[in-house]
Amino acid sequence: MQSTGSVPDYTFLDQMEAAGPFHAAECFQCRKCTSGCPATFAMDLMPDQVIRYALLGLKEEVLRSRTIWVCASCETCTTRCPNGIQIAEIMDYFKELAVREGIPSPVPQVLALHETFLDNVRQGGRVFEGSLLPIFFLRSGQLREKLRKGTWRDDARMGWRLLRKRRFALAPRPIKAREEIRSILRPSKRRGVLP
Amino acid sequence: MKVTYYPGCSLEGTARDYADSIEAICGFLGIHLEEVPDWNCCGATAAHSVDHKASVELAARNLNQASILPNEDLLVPCPLCFNRLRAASWALEHEEGGRYSFRLQPGIPMIWDLANFFGTESMLKELSLKVKKPLNGLKVVCYYGCMASRPPRVTGSRDHENPQSMDRIVKALGATSLHWPYKTDCCGASLMLSRPDMGYRMVGKLYDMAQRMGAEAIVVSCQMCQSNLDMYQERIEAEWGRKFAPPIFYFTELMGLALGMLEVPSWLSRHFADPRPLLERKGLLP
Repeated sequence: MQSTGSVPDYTFLDQMEAAGPFHAAECFQCRKCTSGCPATFAMDLMPDQVIRYALLGLKEEVLRSRTIWVCASCETCTTRCPNGIQIAEIMDYFKELAVREGIPSPVPQVLALHETFLDNVRQGGRVFEGSLLPIFFLRSGQLREKLRKGTWRDDARMGWRLLRKRRFALAPRPIKAREEIRSILRPSKRRGVLP
Repeated sequence: MKVTYYPGCSLEGTARDYADSIEAICGFLGIHLEEVPDWNCCGATAAHSVDHKASVELAARNLNQASILPNEDLLVPCPLCFNRLRAASWALEHEEGGRYSFRLQPGIPMIWDLANFFGTESMLKELSLKVKKPLNGLKVVCYYGCMASRPPRVTGSRDHENPQSMDRIVKALGATSLHWPYKTDCCGASLMLSRPDMGYRMVGKLYDMAQRMGAEAIVVSCQMCQSNLDMYQERIEAEWGRKFAPPIFYFTELMGLALGMLEVPSWLSRHFADPRPLLERKGLLP
């Protein structure tokens, strides 16, 4: 990734560790995280570079990277780190911080799916797949893309097969404690209150 | 035996087949499932990605709801739900106080991943005594994915690099479980929706290795892995220019088969990659 030449923020590590602790400063760059990561083929910064950049205070570079958004949260890095650094949890912290600071995700479909999913949970307390997918396709711009390319037919066929196989609930089953869920899960605009 | 049960949202929809098989085999084995009262979504990947506080509190509410019932065990079939419930319990115990507006009630049951629950010594013994139609000649690989094992700090797993629960179960049922190196490699999870190109590559890699090892089917315990491995086979085959088409069984479906349960074909009919021709060839279809 090209350096944007931003000014390092030397308080970045302290901010980050206050939300953890994630033990990022323990990193000795063995690159075990990167070696075991199944998603590096889609990343711009390798996982060990994300940690290194964070230690160097290169906040902008980290928060604007694709890496934090294409991380699959498979937890292989965290599990194998010889120094107990919670790498996957750091990736989550960076996503949340990027959202709070209004930094657009370079992989907007991923954020669109998370937001659509959480809105869906806010409504009924449980996920209703029947509205999750159509709204996500609309919101992520995938619907337009599918219409343009004609691949919408495949999706329509898949939806129809799911329906026929009775693998689609036809109506949501909202829970009783919806108010409680709404007090836990703030609307997307008010989300991101980190310590 | 009474246990508390947290099905999770997918089991009410796309993973209806998993839910049916779990309810049926538990009924058969005399395990009475009591659903967590008014349970909510565990928050899944979305919550822990962009709202850490909510991810802990959503899951913690379910734990408190589970504490209302007197049972000692909480069965969680979805490994992601299992992981989030465990992660919430870990966070509330170990993270700085005052970070969350939730406290865990006393009497939280033991949180079990379903495959680990059925993979204990005593369960396996009971299971092998009840096998009516051993699955002789069926060669499978067991695919565990991520969330039942990692990170072990949260899951409590002691064999996270080479998990064994499903291997032990399918062996107890008479099938052959082959060794393979991608047991715990990620299927891409929700990236299959947001970045299908990534999902196709990650799942194609699994098909490729399973085929090289001579597996006739892949056995899973996760409905996210099942749908990622089962629903997109045509597209992945087109992408890879290869024929894969392995049936993707839930381990609970194989339990039902070996226990001689007649309703198994109705669960299997909900799959995209139809496993019935394979079972027919092996003489294993009821």
